[in-house]
Amino acid sequence: MKIKLTFWKLVFLFLMAAGFYATVVRFTEGLGPSTNLSDQFPWGIWIGFDVLCGVMLAAGGFTLTAAVHIFNIKRLRPIVRPTILTAFLGYVLVCVALMFDLGRPYRIWHPLIMRNPHSVMFEVAYCVMLYTTVLSLEFAPIVLERFNLQKPIKIIRGILIPLVIGGVILSTLHQSSLGTLYLIMPEKLHPFWYSPLLPVFFFISAIAVGLAMTIFESSMSSKHFGRQLELPILQELGRVLVVVLSVYGVLRFEDLLHRGMLKLTLQPGYEMYLFWLEIMLSLIFPLLLLSQRKVRMSAGGLYVAAVLVVLGFITNRLNVSITGLESAAGMHYVPKWTEIAVTGAIIAAGFALFGLAEKYLPIFPAEEPHRVVERQRAMAAQVLEHAGD
Amino acid sequence: MSKALLYDATMCIGCKQCEQACATQNKLSYDDAIAAEERQSDHKYTVVLTKSDKFMRRLCMNCQEPACASVCPVGALRKTAAGPVTYDENRCMGCRYCMVACPFGVPKYEWNKVLPKVQKCTMCPDRVAAGKPTACAEICPTGATKFGERDDLINEAQQRIRENPGQYVNHIYGLTEVGGTSVLLLSSVPFEEFGYRTDLSKDPLPILTYRVLSRIPDFVPLGGMLLGGVWWITHRREEVAAAEGQHPKGDTKDQQERKP
Repeated sequence: MKIKLTFWKLVFLFLMAAGFYATVVRFTEGLGPSTNLSDQFPWGIWIGFDVLCGVMLAAGGFTLTAAVHIFNIKRLRPIVRPTILTAFLGYVLVCVALMFDLGRPYRIWHPLIMRNPHSVMFEVAYCVMLYTTVLSLEFAPIVLERFNLQKPIKIIRGILIPLVIGGVILSTLHQSSLGTLYLIMPEKLHPFWYSPLLPVFFFISAIAVGLAMTIFESSMSSKHFGRQLELPILQELGRVLVVVLSVYGVLRFEDLLHRGMLKLTLQPGYEMYLFWLEIMLSLIFPLLLLSQRKVRMSAGGLYVAAVLVVLGFITNRLNVSITGLESAAGMHYVPKWTEIAVTGAIIAAGFALFGLAEKYLPIFPAEEPHRVVERQRAMAAQVLEHAGD
Repeated sequence: MSKALLYDATMCIGCKQCEQACATQNKLSYDDAIAAEERQSDHKYTVVLTKSDKFMRRLCMNCQEPACASVCPVGALRKTAAGPVTYDENRCMGCRYCMVACPFGVPKYEWNKVLPKVQKCTMCPDRVAAGKPTACAEICPTGATKFGERDDLINEAQQRIRENPGQYVNHIYGLTEVGGTSVLLLSSVPFEEFGYRTDLSKDPLPILTYRVLSRIPDFVPLGGMLLGGVWWITHRREEVAAAEGQHPKGDTKDQQERKP
């Protein structure tokens, strides 16, 4: 265990160092020297991965809060906190990534006062901003509990339901709007991915990834922190995942059929290979796995299926934002090392923050109750000691 | 009435004076090396392409319903009533959605600057507002680039094709492309040969995203009511159960039913 931790710490330090150096290059020399972006290819992995995938991977937050608080499915309650933590970290990191990608990051607040309601980007900006606020309020009780501050917890509990409803609406809007972004380029985006249904696909797949991420995190936590969710909850999530994936799959292929694209998906070519890679990872393998009762009922099987779904939809987002635009741009885009270094550092920071939060905050229910109480008492005493300062 | 440019490639002699006038107007440097560059860039808003003895200009089409202006989250790009699509660098935050959205690949970015701007031809908005032609039209020695009312220029272009059908491709580029543009092109060789896409939709692009966006104001209260209603119903069951002195059983029963 000790050696393993040291190894991961080394990896973390390496990623952070590389990310720091890339950050210096980005902000002292500009986007040209620090990326492989160009006039032909203005959006790279900072948009395709950090923003599109980042928001998608954080979708568990709204899916789970809706299930527990709105639909009153109580048995899912134990996983609300880890998913809110993931969602909160995810959105904060998306905002960090945006600061790298924007040509003039210090103007990120401009949409607040310079409004263009016809712009999808404007709507996404507002939704992400508001939803990050909602998430920080949903996350706040976990921190407040740690410091035993009951009053603000009560206030947040009082507005929890409107908050959750607002969060679900905002998420529905911007998860789908990230797909709407690409509706403006029917002549540029490859027909495998350009569809009037893009917003619907982005929304449904966000729900699938939200569920898959919850299963994935639970397994990761059990490995590294000895805490995990009860198997019945994971099995429940697995069943819902099957339904969501099936709906998505049927819709996806109906869409290809009606647009006359099915035959094209069988003609060998660059786009065809990446299309099928996406479909294999996101639909065929996970559905084959989860259709086996044995797999669906085992923690290991669910973990593998969840990882496949996450990888599959990451491939989907990269296909929409990069693969699908390459032929219109007349070039292949490969990210520069600096782009990868920044993305790597952001992912590493996400894992590290998740680990820290899990260590020091009451995230997982498996934690012994007396330990929490003891720690809370100690913290409360400390807080009270300094209260008069 | 909006202004437009008509470029007739058959009248062009490739003197590139329009390139130079454009650079002067927009305070960009221009020399022999830049003149030799055959593509639009952050320092060259318009370019005269040469293919043996044929020429073709490229510049911002200044669309009637520009995708760039519709996608700009901060309204830095705007279509003016007079015709030009203008750019306000003080608003721009550098998201580059305009570059991704433009069907003609026109907006360029200052990739090598720490504080970059979008660069593109804006159809000399100050000159047009003052009733003057654009710099490129004014300098053109042969009248290949002509400035005027869009409707008049369309009539003239149609007349030129009608009178010399053998000389032209029977197509006014920009008349209907993506809903029409403020730059109209005539040519004797197919437009594709100079990189112009002829498969573009006749409908303006902004409608594609606005169709979805315009539903949001209706969706928000509807979604709120729906979710609020679901919450009310699911929690009401519990209250009723509690009032009747039972433990809320909803969940356990649900789970039992699901057991295979």
